[in-house]
Amino acid sequence: MSLILDEEQQLLQTSARGFFSARAPISQLRALRDENVTDCFDRATWSQMVELGWAGIPWPERFGGLAFGFKGLGVITEQSGRCLTASPLISSIWLCGAAILLAGSETQKLHYLPSIANGRHLLAMAFEERLRHAPGEIDLLARRTSHGFVLSGGKRFVLDGISADTIIVAARICNSACDTGGISLFLVPRDTPGVTAVSTRILDSRNVASIDFIDVQVPDSALLGAVGQGPELLDAALDIARIGLAAEMLGSAQECFERTVQHLKDRRQFGVALGSFQSLKHRAAQMFCQLELSRSVVLEALTALDEDRGRPEIAKLASLAKARLGATFHRVTREAVQMHGGIAMTDEFDIGLFIKRAAVADQTFGDVDYHVRRYAELEGY
Amino acid sequence: MNEAKEFVPSEASAESPASAEEFRSSVRRWLEENCPQALRGGGVMYHGGRKESVDPLVLQWFDACYSRGWTVPTWPRAYGGAGLDAEHARILREEMDSIGAPLPLNGQGVTVIGPAILEIGTPEQKLRHLPRIARGEARWCQGFSEPNAGSDLAALTTSARLDGDDYIVNGSKTWTTHGELSDWMFCLVRTDATAPKRNGISVLLLSMDAAGVSTKPIVLISGRSVFCECFFTDVRVAAADLLGRRNEGWTTARRILEHERSSESRPGGIIGSGPGSGSGGDGRTLSMLAREYGAGPDGRMRDPLVRQRIAEVEMEQRALALTQRRADEERARSGKGVPSEETSMFKYLSTELTSRRMETYLNIMGFQGLGWEGDSYTPQELQATRYWLYSKAFTIAGGCSEVQLDIIANRILGLPK
Repeated sequence: MSLILDEEQQLLQTSARGFFSARAPISQLRALRDENVTDCFDRATWSQMVELGWAGIPWPERFGGLAFGFKGLGVITEQSGRCLTASPLISSIWLCGAAILLAGSETQKLHYLPSIANGRHLLAMAFEERLRHAPGEIDLLARRTSHGFVLSGGKRFVLDGISADTIIVAARICNSACDTGGISLFLVPRDTPGVTAVSTRILDSRNVASIDFIDVQVPDSALLGAVGQGPELLDAALDIARIGLAAEMLGSAQECFERTVQHLKDRRQFGVALGSFQSLKHRAAQMFCQLELSRSVVLEALTALDEDRGRPEIAKLASLAKARLGATFHRVTREAVQMHGGIAMTDEFDIGLFIKRAAVADQTFGDVDYHVRRYAELEGY
Repeated sequence: MNEAKEFVPSEASAESPASAEEFRSSVRRWLEENCPQALRGGGVMYHGGRKESVDPLVLQWFDACYSRGWTVPTWPRAYGGAGLDAEHARILREEMDSIGAPLPLNGQGVTVIGPAILEIGTPEQKLRHLPRIARGEARWCQGFSEPNAGSDLAALTTSARLDGDDYIVNGSKTWTTHGELSDWMFCLVRTDATAPKRNGISVLLLSMDAAGVSTKPIVLISGRSVFCECFFTDVRVAAADLLGRRNEGWTTARRILEHERSSESRPGGIIGSGPGSGSGGDGRTLSMLAREYGAGPDGRMRDPLVRQRIAEVEMEQRALALTQRRADEERARSGKGVPSEETSMFKYLSTELTSRRMETYLNIMGFQGLGWEGDSYTPQELQATRYWLYSKAFTIAGGCSEVQLDIIANRILGLPK
């Protein structure tokens, strides 16, 4: 399959670009922040996205989707990145949707996927327990009982965890004596007794929740995938979400770069345009090159998902894309602040919102270092 | 020359209409039968011409490819090519790479001046020069840089004065890759000394065997001598051998340079195929070397920092190869068919990456990467060390990295000059 967009995908790109710049421009993110909206995204905008079919775009039609591929969803997500639009695309569609699609029983798929696609359900994934991304380190316990499981423990950095009605929780299953394996995923309604979510507002004006689970009882049917399947399932779902997030980061970095190049053309100092100074030209040209490399790895990773190339190829491409976009987004935003100068230090100016998003997006699902190391491990050296 | 050189590409070589799948399988079968085992993965480079002795097996492989039009796969069949479109040419290349088949023909003729003649040459120039390149009869070199015209190429002073139907050329060129082994040079000369410096330049196609041409090899820090100085004393060149328009050679040269940059940065080009790249050369990647030199009992690199550097290089290598594929696809769709400003990006990225790759290679070898000669080092180690030094030329030659960044900033980003 191709590394460029076909006609339909280009049309989707154009309409997504128009949608986000009209309905969810950066000023919306500012308003959500300033008005302290709990969700940290705009429910009305999300409903419109749902109406357009974007919440189920890659899924088969029998699960309420449009069967338009991950490349289609990637195109939309990239455009949302241009406007720094906050939405549950990453948490609910890319990550939780993927997990259900990968491991859900027929009943679970028919229950959740269509209702995610039509906006009735919002899901969030609770798996982080450490100071940084560590999906393999799960201490939250699931004690087996006669009629199901009892969950106890805490999670942090749950994207959109305060807004979701259902949480996918990674837990370690413990029979009589606790064993070390058995990590599994559970679908838990947010209003189950014993679930307490505390919203944390983070620096990119989005929300992540810390969620406590105190003796939370769930039935056997809450299991997503088989007992002990958690690590590989989590890894596979995360790879899909990493690719989606990389697409969003590409849009944000591209937008930030274009604003910076425009500034270099417009801003005059010493009687000439800033962009006529060679030291700035070269740095701008280097950013351009990095963005081109970034675009290629994102498109290849999306293509690999649609072609279902399997593991470890998708895992490698996910790490390749996430590492490259982490580095590029950081570099572009750092340079954008430096090249805009003092104005970029003001809250009123948008460039600051991009550098804040870069810091959060990099750490989400593993930062540059994490994915460089992972790539080496996947390659076996 | 070899008798087989008289072959005319057969009708059977009109592969383009075949579907990609069919073409791929027919190429695979043909390569399996025709590519000599001994050449696979060996990194042999044949550049055409008659001034260097060549292994007969290499010539046999060359002739087999020539009979299919595959020494210059994308050129029209009238000039010895196979008339393949970009996609079929890519498939051919991928299949050759997959069995480690060497390119049958390398060098400036097939990658740089041939495409330029194809684009802007007169019908006579095309008929005279292109089939000779395709047949491997003429090796070409580039006469651009001069002692006082390096990055500031337009400052060149080698002169060409019209005398009847001939130009009389005087001056000197330097950094001429294998000038002493070449049969022809495409040479930038000043045809109008009074015009502003970019306006009085022309491109001449000049025989290196003409009276008044002499060459002198330059020894590099790597101990190698791949470059020459070339001197011209009253050399006569027919006026019909002027490529493009008189005094508009700067524009012509710019197109030529774009072809050069685009070919150099290809995965199989000189830069993409050196030691540690995994293609061409010894066929080994940095990670394979890492296992050999620094692996613990589990096969993983002992030093996590070295491992990280290797991963960064290999990840960028993959990203670059994908970007080249994307550019090919975009070009095929737009029908533009020729490289343009984006070649500056590929030249910049691939040469900088090669430089970093060779630094990492040296780092992996430790003390064994510091040998100059002798039995304490394997031939491969010595070659890699010298290639590390030689690779420093890549970010200088063919328009240095800084020039490429200027081009990207000015022509792609539209920043003010």
